[in-house]
Amino acid sequence: MTVALAISGLQKTYANGFRALKGIDLEVRQGDFFALLGPNGAGKSTVIRILCSLTAKTAGSVRIFGADIDRNFPLAKSFIGVAPQEFNASLFETPMQVVLNQAGYYGIRRPVAAARAEEDFARLGLWDKRNEQCRTLSGGMKRRLMIARALVHRPRILILDEPTAGLDVELRRLMWRFMTDINRRGTTLILTTHYLEEAESLCRSIAIIHRGELVVNTATRELLGRVDLETLVLELAAPLDQLPPSRFRLRRVDATTLEVDVRRETLLNAVFAELEQSAIRVIGMRNKTSRLESLFMGLVQGNEDSTRAAAAALSAAAGD
Amino acid sequence: MRVQLIALATIVRKEVTRFFRIWTQALVPAVITTTLYFVIFGNLIGRRIGEMEGFAYIDFIVPGLILMSVITASYTNVSSSFFSAKFQDFIEEILVSPTTNMVIIVGYVTGGVARGLCVGVLVTLVSLLFTELRVHNFMVLASTVFLTAVLFSLAGMINGIYARTFDDIALAPTFILTPLTYLGGVFYSIRLLPDFWQGVSLANPILYMINAFRHGFLGVSDISLWSSYALIFGAIVFLAWFCLHLLNRGHGIRT
Ligand SMILES: Nc1ncnc2c1ncn2[C@@H]1O[C@H](COP(=O)(O)OP(=O)(O)O)[C@@H](O)[C@H]1O
Ligand SMILES: [Mg+2]
Repeated sequence: MTVALAISGLQKTYANGFRALKGIDLEVRQGDFFALLGPNGAGKSTVIRILCSLTAKTAGSVRIFGADIDRNFPLAKSFIGVAPQEFNASLFETPMQVVLNQAGYYGIRRPVAAARAEEDFARLGLWDKRNEQCRTLSGGMKRRLMIARALVHRPRILILDEPTAGLDVELRRLMWRFMTDINRRGTTLILTTHYLEEAESLCRSIAIIHRGELVVNTATRELLGRVDLETLVLELAAPLDQLPPSRFRLRRVDATTLEVDVRRETLLNAVFAELEQSAIRVIGMRNKTSRLESLFMGLVQGNEDSTRAAAAALSAAAGD
Repeated sequence: MRVQLIALATIVRKEVTRFFRIWTQALVPAVITTTLYFVIFGNLIGRRIGEMEGFAYIDFIVPGLILMSVITASYTNVSSSFFSAKFQDFIEEILVSPTTNMVIIVGYVTGGVARGLCVGVLVTLVSLLFTELRVHNFMVLASTVFLTAVLFSLAGMINGIYARTFDDIALAPTFILTPLTYLGGVFYSIRLLPDFWQGVSLANPILYMINAFRHGFLGVSDISLWSSYALIFGAIVFLAWFCLHLLNRGHGIRT
C-alpha cells in the first residue's frame, strides 16, 4: 500500500492568535476517494492551503508521496492539484489562458497543455466558454474551470475544496460523475464538504474534522457499519405495560412508544408479525436519526453535549 | 531547470499580454504627457530659454523625458500587476506551483522592463517629430535605460508586495517618484543650482540615471558615468535581495 498523503501533528495558529488546527494526524492511501468532512470553520481549508503552501504551518509534518514539504516542496507540489473553495483566477483572462498559464508554471509545454485543456474542457462542459473572459462565467462554470486548471499537470492527488457547495442538483451530479471517473482512472481524490450524504455516497474513507481536531477517521463502510443498526420509533394504538418477549431488540420508551433496533437487512414484516402476535397495534412509525448523522448534526449545530455523546457512542460501536 | 524556464516564459507572456490588453492605460498616457512636454517646454518655452549645456533646450530635455516615462511605466506595471494578482488571489496560481521565488521576481521584472521599453520607444518616436536625435554612445544609452527599468520594476514589485489597497500603489509614484524625477535634472543641469542644492541633488538617485542616459545621447553629464553605474548596480542588487527576502518570508502572500 502506497501512502499518498501523510499528515502528522499538524497545527496552525494564525497571526491573530487563532488556533485553527490543533494537531491533525491523517493518512490517505494511493487511489483512495477521501472525504474531509466538517462544518464551516472546522479547519478543512486550512489543511488544504497548508498542503499547497498558501498557508504556513505552525507545527507538524506533511508528506506527499514521500516528499516532505519542508525538505522538497517543489516536488511535493508537483504531485498535487488543488481546486480551491473560492474562485482565484484572473477575471480578464479566458479559461484557455488560465489553464495554459497554470501548465506553464508547472513547466509543461504549451502544445501539451493545450491538448489536455481541450480534453478537460470537453469533459467538464466548458468547451463553448473556453475563449470567453472568466468574468462572464457562471459560478458553476468557474468551479469547473478551477478543476480543469488543477488537473492540467496531471497530479497524482486531486484536492477539491467544497466542489459542490452552492451548485444546483444537475451540476452536482455532473461533478460527482466527474470525480468518480477521475478516481477510477487512478487519481487519488480528496474532497472537502459539509454535506454528510455526499461523503457517504461518494467516498471510500471519511475523516471528520471539528474545531481543528479530527473526531472520526475511518473507512466509509466501517463508519456506516457503526450506524448499520437503525432505530425505529413505533407509536402504539393502546398503552402497553410490559414488553412481550421478543426476538428483536425492543425497548419501551413510554406507555405508547416503543423503539426497536433493526439491521438494515432485517425484514420489517417479521417485526410486525411478531407485534401482531402479541396483539400490539402500531399506528405510527418513524426513523430515529442515525448516530453518524446525529454526531454530524451535533457538530454542525455546535451542540457540545450531543456531539460528545454521539462521538462516544460511535467509538464504542467501533469497539464491538 | 527547464521547468523553471517554461515558468518564467509563462509569467513574462502573461505580463506582456496584460499590458497590451490594457494598452489605453498602459501605453497611451505616457505618450500624450510627453508630447505635451515636448510642445510646451521644448517648442514654446524652450525657444526662449535658449541653450542648456551647449544644446538646444528641447534636445537637452528629451533624454530625461524618455527616461522619466520609462521609470513610471516599469514601476507602475509591476506594482499594479503584482498587487492585482494578490487582490484577485490569482497569485496563488503561481504560489501553488513549483515555480521558485527567484523566477517569480525575474518574470515580473521582465514584464515591467518590457512595458518600460515599449513606452520608451514610443516616446522616442514621438520626440522625432520635434527634433533630431543624436546618439553619442549607444551602449551607454541602452544599458542605462535597461538597468533603470530593472531597478524600478524591482521597486514596483516591493511596493506591490507591501500594498494592501489600491491607494498604497498610487502613493509612491505621487509622493516619491514624480518629485525625485522632476528634481533629478530632467529639465536643467544641476550646475545652474546654488552649491547647497547641488549637494542635495546628489542624494537623488534618479539624477544619476538621467545623467548617464543623457550622456548616451549628448555626451554630457553632471555626474561621472562610473558613479552612475555603480549606484544603479548597487540599488538593483539590494532591491532584488530585499524582494526575494520578502517573498521567501511569504510577506503579504501567505497566511
Ligand atoms: N487568515 C486567517 N486568519 C485568522 N483566522 C483564520 C484565517 N483563515 C481562516 N481562519 C479561521 O480558521 C478557522 C478555520 O477556517 P477554514 O480552514 O477556512 O475552515 P473550513 O474550510 O473548514 O470552513 C475559521 O474559524 C476561520 O475563521
Ligand atoms: Mg473551507
